[in-house]
Amino acid sequence: MLQLPHNVQTRWKILPHFLRLMKQHVTSFDYFVQTEIKKVAPNQTVRSEVDPNFYLSYTDVYVGSPSIEEDAFTSTAATPLECRLRDCTYSAPIYVDVKYRRGPQIVTTSKVPIGCIPIMLHSCKCVLYEKSRSELEALKECPHDPGGYFIVKGVEKVILMQEQLSKNRMIIERDAKGVFCAAITSSTHERKSRCSIVVKPTSHGYRVYLKHNTLGDDIPVAVILKAMGMECDQEIAELVGSGDCRIASIFVNSMEEPSAARVKTQKQALAYIGEAIRAKYKAQSVDGVRFLQYAPHGRRSISADEEARDVLAHVVLSHVPVVNYDFVAKRTYVGHVTKRVIAALLDNSLLDDKDYYGNKRLELAGQLLSLLFEDLFKRFNSDLKRSADLVLQKQNRTAVFDIVKSTIWRTDTLAQGFVHAISTGNWVLKRFKMDRAGVTQVLSRLSYISAIGMMTRVNSQFEKTRKTSGPRALQPSQWGMLCPADTPEGETCGLVKNLALLAHVTTDAEIETTKRSCYDLGVEQLGHLNGTALNSHATAYLVFLNGLVIGACSRPHKLAHALRRMRRSKRIGEHISVYTHSVHRAIYIACDGGRVCRPLIIASRGRSRLLPQILEHKTLNVHIFRLALGQLTASGVVEYVDVNEENNCFIALDENQLTHCHTHLEVDPATVLGVVCGLVAFPHHNQSPRNTYQCAMGKQSMGSVATNQFERMDSLLYSLVYPQKAIVKSRILDLVHFDDLPGGCNATLAVMSCSGYDIEDAIILNKNSLDRGFLRCLVLKKHQASIRRYANGTFDRTIGPPPLSSFIQGIHDTRYQRYSALDDDGICLVGERLNDQSIIINREVPIESPDVVYSSARERSQSGGWRMSTTPGSPAKFKSQSCSYKAPAPSVVDRVLLTANETDQFLVKVMVRQSRRPEIGDKFASRHGQKGVCGAIISQEDMPFTDVGICPDVIMNPHGFPSRMTVGKIIELVAGKAGVCHGRQAFGTAFGESRGSADHSKEASRELLAYGYSYIGKDLLYSGTSGDLLRAFVFMGPVFYQKLKHMVMDKMHSRARGSILSYILYIVLVDIQFLILALMFI
Amino acid sequence: MASYAVEDRSVRAIPANEPEVTGDYAAHVSKTMKLEITHADDETVEFDLSGVDVSFANALRRIMLAEVPTMAIETVYVEQNEGVVQDEVLAHRLGLVPIAADPRDFEELLDPEDATDANTIVFGLEVRAPPNTRPNPIPSARRVDRLPGTPLPHQDSDDEEEARKPGGHLHTTKVYSGDLKWLPQGEQEAFLAGRPVKPVHDDILLAKLRPGQSIVLEAHGRKGIGQDHAKFSPVSTAAYRMRAVVEVSDDDVPPYVPVKRPSIFDEDASPDCTARSRPHAAHACKVCEPLLSKPSSENFADKVRLTRRGDHFLFRVETAGQLAPLRIVRDAVAVLKAKCDHWRRELEVAGGGLSEAA
Repeated sequence: MLQLPHNVQTRWKILPHFLRLMKQHVTSFDYFVQTEIKKVAPNQTVRSEVDPNFYLSYTDVYVGSPSIEEDAFTSTAATPLECRLRDCTYSAPIYVDVKYRRGPQIVTTSKVPIGCIPIMLHSCKCVLYEKSRSELEALKECPHDPGGYFIVKGVEKVILMQEQLSKNRMIIERDAKGVFCAAITSSTHERKSRCSIVVKPTSHGYRVYLKHNTLGDDIPVAVILKAMGMECDQEIAELVGSGDCRIASIFVNSMEEPSAARVKTQKQALAYIGEAIRAKYKAQSVDGVRFLQYAPHGRRSISADEEARDVLAHVVLSHVPVVNYDFVAKRTYVGHVTKRVIAALLDNSLLDDKDYYGNKRLELAGQLLSLLFEDLFKRFNSDLKRSADLVLQKQNRTAVFDIVKSTIWRTDTLAQGFVHAISTGNWVLKRFKMDRAGVTQVLSRLSYISAIGMMTRVNSQFEKTRKTSGPRALQPSQWGMLCPADTPEGETCGLVKNLALLAHVTTDAEIETTKRSCYDLGVEQLGHLNGTALNSHATAYLVFLNGLVIGACSRPHKLAHALRRMRRSKRIGEHISVYTHSVHRAIYIACDGGRVCRPLIIASRGRSRLLPQILEHKTLNVHIFRLALGQLTASGVVEYVDVNEENNCFIALDENQLTHCHTHLEVDPATVLGVVCGLVAFPHHNQSPRNTYQCAMGKQSMGSVATNQFERMDSLLYSLVYPQKAIVKSRILDLVHFDDLPGGCNATLAVMSCSGYDIEDAIILNKNSLDRGFLRCLVLKKHQASIRRYANGTFDRTIGPPPLSSFIQGIHDTRYQRYSALDDDGICLVGERLNDQSIIINREVPIESPDVVYSSARERSQSGGWRMSTTPGSPAKFKSQSCSYKAPAPSVVDRVLLTANETDQFLVKVMVRQSRRPEIGDKFASRHGQKGVCGAIISQEDMPFTDVGICPDVIMNPHGFPSRMTVGKIIELVAGKAGVCHGRQAFGTAFGESRGSADHSKEASRELLAYGYSYIGKDLLYSGTSGDLLRAFVFMGPVFYQKLKHMVMDKMHSRARGSILSYILYIVLVDIQFLILALMFI
Repeated sequence: MASYAVEDRSVRAIPANEPEVTGDYAAHVSKTMKLEITHADDETVEFDLSGVDVSFANALRRIMLAEVPTMAIETVYVEQNEGVVQDEVLAHRLGLVPIAADPRDFEELLDPEDATDANTIVFGLEVRAPPNTRPNPIPSARRVDRLPGTPLPHQDSDDEEEARKPGGHLHTTKVYSGDLKWLPQGEQEAFLAGRPVKPVHDDILLAKLRPGQSIVLEAHGRKGIGQDHAKFSPVSTAAYRMRAVVEVSDDDVPPYVPVKRPSIFDEDASPDCTARSRPHAAHACKVCEPLLSKPSSENFADKVRLTRRGDHFLFRVETAGQLAPLRIVRDAVAVLKAKCDHWRRELEVAGGGLSEAA
C-alpha cells in the first residue's frame, strides 16, 4: 500500500466513534420514553361534570419493562425472539402515578398501568439494551442486529423517518400566481395554522398583506402592526424600512392603507380586524360551524376588538408566544418577515429554496409515537371522563367509587391504539389533522444489508404522482447528510432517500437553557429596541431561536463564536446549531429535533484538531485510545454541524488542503455515501446511476440475514449455502460487519464472449463450480395454521392421516400420498419431503350445520337431558381445512414450532426448505449495478482455461462495459486479483485511494506483475472446446457476485386446473377479438 | 503502450496449422509424438507432450477432467441430523469428499435400487457430541465498549476456555471426513483386502455440532464420471500450456528482462543468464505478451517476441486424491483409446468405404 502521511492514513479510524447508524431511531425513541412522555401527561386532568369535587391528575408517567400478558392475570418478561416466534407484540406497560379523589379522600397511587406501548429493540427499555455479545447470544439475538424497529404481532415493523418542511420557519417564495410571499406554518401543541405575508402588486404599487384563514380578507400588514400595539407610523416605518431605503420606498405604499381604512389607533385596528373575522364567521356559521374555538372563555360573547386581539395573540402566528397581550416579539417578527419579503421582491436571489435541506426536518419514531401517545392518552382521558360521569350520576352506590380500580379503567385503548397504528402504518390523529398512511413498513429481512438499509430510509411526504423534479433532485445541501446514490428508481425516485453514513438526526434540546445562555452572552431583549436599533445599526443582528425572535445583538460573530465554544465544551447541547446570516442580518440558533447533522473535525489556524497523537494512542493503550476518541466531541476535536451551520463553515476535504480560512475538516469523504452504497467497491470510479442500481440490488441479494437466521421463523428466508467475504471490501462494510454476514460469493470472472448465450447481459456459469456449491442457496418458507377455540366451546383439531384401508388403491393412491409427510398428531415430521399437494398440517374445523346441532342435541336429551347442542368435548362434526404444500418443486420440512400467542390461539408454524443450485434464468449481479440472468451452464472441460489451469466460474460479455462505464468493477477485478495473489482482502472504499482505505489500481497492477500476471489483469486463455489459444487476451479475475432473489423456480406459473376446451375457446375468442380489432384498423 | 492482443504471430508458429502431413496422420503422429515426464510426486505430474496437434492434447485434458471414472458418495440416508448443516447440504459436502477406492473394482450403478456389493460402497457416519454436563453459566454482562468495525469480542476468556472444553456449553464437536467408517458389504472385505476404502483426507470438515447434537447417517458411494458431477472428477486441475517461444530480435536488449518472478526466461534466472545462453529456459515461461509491455520505461514488446508452439504441450495434472496422478493420465489414455476403438468400429459398421478412403 502506498505510504501516506500518518495522520491522513489513519483519519478513518475515528469513523466508528461517529457511526450513529440506525441509532437515530433508538435515540429518538429513548428521548420519547424518558423525557417526552413525561411532558404529555401532567397537563391532563380528568374532571367530572357531575361531581365537581371529583378529579384525577397524573403526577408521573413511565414505561416498564417488556412483557407478554399471557392471560388476564399473569404476565411474563418478554424477549424479542419469543415475540417474533409467538406472533406477540413486544411491548411494555405504561405506568402512571395518579392523584385522585376516592369518595371524600384524595388518594395518591403509583404504578397504575394505563396500557402498553410497543418497545423499540435496543432502546433503553428493551431487554437487549447495552447487552454484551454473550448475553445477546443467550437471548438468541444476532449481535449485529441494528435494532430500531418494533415487533408487533410477531412482525418486525420499522417506523420510517418522515421528511417534512420544518415548522415555525418562514419560507420566502413565489406562490402559484407568482406573487412574492412568506409562508409560515405555525405549529404548537394546541394548533397548527398557516399564515402568509404577501406583497401584492396593486394599482397603487406593491402592498403588503397578511393572510390567514381566520381573518377573512387579507389584512394590510400596517394594520396588523397597529393592532399589535405599534400605533405610531414612524415606528412601523422604522421596523420595516429603516436601513434600506429601497425597502422603505416599496413599503411606503402599504403605510397609506391604515389611514385609508381610517385606522389610527390599536383599538381601531383591532376593530377593523374584528370585523373581518366576524364577516368570515358569518359566512361560515351558515353551515352551523361553531367558529370561536380558540377563545379561552368558552361561549362568552366578546366584542369584535377583543376577539381580534385574541386571534392575533393566539391564532395568527401562534408559535410566537404572546403573554399578557405583549406583542413585542410578534410585531418584530412580522416586521422582519415583511422586510424579507420586500427584499426578495427586489432581489430574487433572496427567495428561499424549499428543497434546501436546512429547511427540512426528519420526523422519527419517537416524535410520531409521541403524537400518537398524546392523542391516545387524551382519548383515554375523555373516555374515562365520560364513563366516570355515568358512574357518578348514580346516586346511591354500594361502594366508594375508585376510578383506578374500577372497570372503566380500560388499558386497551392505548395498547390497541399503538398496535393498530404500527401494524397498519396509518397514523390518523384527528386532533392534529394528521392522516398518514404507510408510516411503517415491514422490516425487510431479505439480506442483512437490506435490513440495515431500511433503518436509514427517509420517506418524504410529497405526492408521488406529481412530476415535480424539484423535491426529487439531489440538493447540494444534502452533501454528507443523505446518500446521493441510494434511492429507488421509478415513481419514488428522489423522494425516498437514505441517510449518509455519519448523519445523525437530532432530538429536541432544552430551549430555556439555550435561551438563557444567549441572554447571558449579550443578546438584548426585544422590549428595549426599536426598529432603528434593529435595522440601521450596522452590526445589529436579530437572534432567532428555533425560528422565534428572542432578541438582537450587536456583536453577532462574537455571539456565534461564544455559543460554538460552549457547544464544543458541552456546556450546551452538542447538537445545537448556530448560524449567522449576513444578508438576513440574523443569527439562527436551532435546538429543535429532527435536524440532520454530521460530525466534522474542527480545524483552526490551518491545522486539524485531530492531532496524530490522539490517533497514535492506540499503540500505547487501547483503552486510552478509545477514551480519547470517545471524548472527541467533548474535547473540541469533533463537533456536529447541521445543514444550516454548514453555510458558516469552510470545510476542507483533506488535511493538505487546510488553510487558515478553513474551519473544519471532513472526517472521511466516503461518509457522503450511505451504508448500502458502501457495498460497492470503488464506487467513485463508477457512473453514478450504476451505484444507484447496485443500492437497489444489494437489498435483493441473498446471503446471511442474521446470525439467528435459523432460529427465526420468517415467512420467507433466502440464505446462501456458502456465503463468502468479499475479496474487495470497504471500510464501510467493516463498520457494519458485512464480513460476518456476507451476501454473495467471489467468482472468477472472465470477460469474454462465449457460446452466444451471453447476449443482453446474460452470464455463463461453470457447471463444475455449481456442482461444488457455488452460489447455492436455501429457500425457507413458512406455513402457518392456528388452532382456534371458539366461543361456543368447539375447537379446531389436527389429526393424523386416515387409515390406509380407506383408500382403494392402497399406498399408491395419490390421495393417500398427500398424507405421507404427516405424523400421528396431524403435523408434518421434520425432514419429510413435501411434494405438490402434500398436507403439512392436517387441521379440521368444526362445522355448525343445523342438522349436526339437531342430532347432537337429540343425543344429549336422550342421555342426560342437556339442552345445549355442543359442549366442550362434544363429538361435533369436523371438516378438513388442511394446510397443504403447493409448489411444483418438492421441499423438505425444516422445523416445526408449536406455540400459542397472547390471545391463547394455538399456533403451528412449519418452515419448509428447498435448496437450490443456480439454474438457467436465475439472476445474478456484481456489485456495480450489473445484473444478468444465467444464459447457459457449461461444464468445466468446455470452459476456457489459463496457463495454470484456472477456469472461470462466470463468463460475462464485454459489451456490458462500454455503455455502463463501471470502471469500479474493472478495478475491483484487478485489486481483487492482486489481493488473492497476496492472500489478503483488498480495499475499495469510496474516495479511499489517497486516504489509505482503498487500493491504488497502480499498486495492484504492480503486485500482479510481481506475481507473474499481466498488469492489466488480462490472461492468456485456451479454448476449452478446441484447445487452441484464444486470439485475444481475456480480462479475468475475482469479482464479488450476488445471487438475487429472483429465481426461475419462483416464476413458473401455470393456469389452475380447469377445462382444456374452455381455455382453448377463450384463447380463440381473444384471438378473434384481436382479429376484429385489426380488421377495424385496416 | 504496445498492443497486447494475441496477434497472429503467436499462433502462426503452430506447426500443425501448416500441415505438411501427407498420408496416414496416425502414422505421422506416432512418429513425432513424444511424452516426457518432467516432474512427478504424490499429487501432481507434469509432462511434456510434443509432436501432436492441439486436438489430441485437448482431448486428453478433457477426458481427465470429465471422463475418468472415480468413486464418490452419491446417496445419503440420514437417520439423525441435529446439527446446523441441513441434510442436503451435508449430503452435498459428503459427496465432494474424495474417496480412495479403485473404480476398476466396481461396476456401474445406474439405479440406486440395484445397489449390490459390486457397485456400491457404504460408509457409516455416527458422531454424537458430548452433552453439556456443566450448568450453563449466566452470560457475562460485562460489556466491552465495542466499536463498530472492530471484531466482536467474546468476554471472559477464562470462563470461555472452560466452556469450550468437552462438556461445556460452548464446546463444538467437529465432524470430519475421517469419521466416515467404511462398512464393507458382501464380498467386499474379501476382494478389497489390503486396500480398504476410505476418504483420501481425514481432515475435511463436514459439519459442526453443539453439545448433545448428533449425526447418524449412512452414505452410499458409486462409480461415476466428472461429466455427471464434479465430485467424480479425479483432478483438481488438469491443464496444459503451449510451450513459449522467445525470440529476441534486437541485440541491445538487456540480457534479462527485469520482471521479478517468474522472469520470462527462467524462474530462478540470475541476472547474468541470458536468453541465448539458456535456450531451454523458455520451457518454464508462463508469461504472456502484455507483461512485456509493462508500464515502465523499459518496453520490450518491440524487441522480444513471445509466441507459442502449437505442437508442444506442457501438461500439469493435479489429482484430487482418488487416483494417483499418473494413473489418471493412464486411465485417460485408456478412455481415449476406448473411444477411438468405439468410433473405428462404428465407422466400420457404418460404411467400409469411409475407412478405406482414410
